[in-house]
Amino acid sequence: MSRDKRYAMVVDTRLCVACKACVLACKGENAVPDGFSRDWLVEEVRGWFPHLTAENRSERCNHCAKPPCVASCPTGASHVSDGGVVLVTHDKCTGCKACIASCPYDSRYPHPDGYVDKCTFCLHRVQDGKLPACVEVCPTFCLHFGDLNDPQSEVSRLLRERKFKVLHPETGCQPNVFFLT
Amino acid sequence: MNDAMLEIVHGRANAQIDPSLQVWGWEIPVYLFLGGLAAGVLILPALLELLSGKKPKSMALRLAPWLSAVLLSLGMGALFLDLSYKLHVYRFYLAFEATSPMSWGSWILLLVYPVALLLGLGGLTDDERQRLGAFAGKYRLASLVTWALGHADALRRPLLWAAVIVGAGLGIYTGILLGAMAARPQWNSAILGPLFLTSGLSTGAALLLLLRLDEHERHVVVRWDVGAILAELVLIAVLLVGFATGDRTSQHAFWHLTSGPWAAPFWSLVVVTGLGVPLALEAIEIRRRLPLAMLTPILVLIGGLSLRFVLMISGQASSFREFP
Ligand code: SF4
Ligand code: SF4
Repeated sequence: MSRDKRYAMVVDTRLCVACKACVLACKGENAVPDGFSRDWLVEEVRGWFPHLTAENRSERCNHCAKPPCVASCPTGASHVSDGGVVLVTHDKCTGCKACIASCPYDSRYPHPDGYVDKCTFCLHRVQDGKLPACVEVCPTFCLHFGDLNDPQSEVSRLLRERKFKVLHPETGCQPNVFFLT
Repeated sequence: MNDAMLEIVHGRANAQIDPSLQVWGWEIPVYLFLGGLAAGVLILPALLELLSGKKPKSMALRLAPWLSAVLLSLGMGALFLDLSYKLHVYRFYLAFEATSPMSWGSWILLLVYPVALLLGLGGLTDDERQRLGAFAGKYRLASLVTWALGHADALRRPLLWAAVIVGAGLGIYTGILLGAMAARPQWNSAILGPLFLTSGLSTGAALLLLLRLDEHERHVVVRWDVGAILAELVLIAVLLVGFATGDRTSQHAFWHLTSGPWAAPFWSLVVVTGLGVPLALEAIEIRRRLPLAMLTPILVLIGGLSLRFVLMISGQASSFREFP
């Protein structure tokens, strides 16, 4: 039953080399317009030389379990779909941008065609039994996708076995993209 | 002790999103300002009539509900200009989303019109009614006008209450629209609703003072304006204290308004020009009975508009990205 699924992505920051293959794969798969991206790389270096730590993160919409973007949408265009994936129905979107302003992660952008756009976890592929394009293409296999409600899934196992974090847990949005540290 | 070094390369450059949000331009602050103004212009004459039990004397106050509807329409025009999918504007009215302030707002906007229309009709003098009747007669609408006038008179008191309630809803909503967005620390405060309502009342009073009022009406409206300005100053103080005593994102918002990039416009335009100076001038006006004609109301209006602009710009610039 797809309703009982809880899709999540797990990003292994220790493997990511910030090659941006995921960014390009997404652009191609989803015909993302020039000048925009649905996923992106953040490269962070912390500490004092020589005690430095680096972290590369492939980031995207967190498909939050408590998505303020959905709550703020006046038309129902932004909604929670199968497996908790947060989507925008283009035909219902007025382009009021309330959802953009209410996303703490700035994951959305105004598509030149008028509606608001964002990562879909490639739900169209997932429903066909395939992986999201970014996950499929990653050469270091640092991106993992699956169902957190299935204890046997790879994402469940990784979150059991490894240390992880989510971005800005203080927002209370309960992100479903996890970063292995 | 110094914090450890932190170097971040952010690989996203989405137009209007990076490096900080710029999705809302002049349209939204203008809409919020006009919405507040419409609320003030609707509420004040209704309150005056409810308290005194007498219909307003001046034409300005009698027809203020219609002025409110015009202001609101201009505001909605600005809101419409902001939509990036204008063809889908009707979608606002195919849904009611209880968690979305924007959805509440779009329905409240619709409630204002019938209330304002009937209140304005009820305020017409016999002479004006006759002329309206004759005019409507030319288009075979005389019976409709008679029907509407009948209801406007019979329901006068409930309509006055409706104006106060719907107006308050409108004024508060313009603030909650921003205040409910926890994603923007600069907006994330429950004070924004009451603050925008009070600002709507004081700018509404200011606009009415620019029109020709009867001496007694003027006397009352000036005093109410003083009250609204004082309340607004208190609310701004509460807002700042709330930021200063909140978590680090709130404290950053406090810094933004007190010594950061938005401090200069905030204090000079909003607090001093829009509240402090008008308060002093109105105090003089009340004591010395020296009407300072246009200056005070114009300053209040500038302050009200500046409040929306400063908060709009600073709010979009504020983000969790500032706290890696
Ligand atoms: S990351 Fe932003 S756009 Fe994605 S679900 Fe969360 S709030 Fe909505
Ligand atoms: S821009 Fe579209 S999806 Fe976003 S809140 Fe407005 S109507 Fe909803």
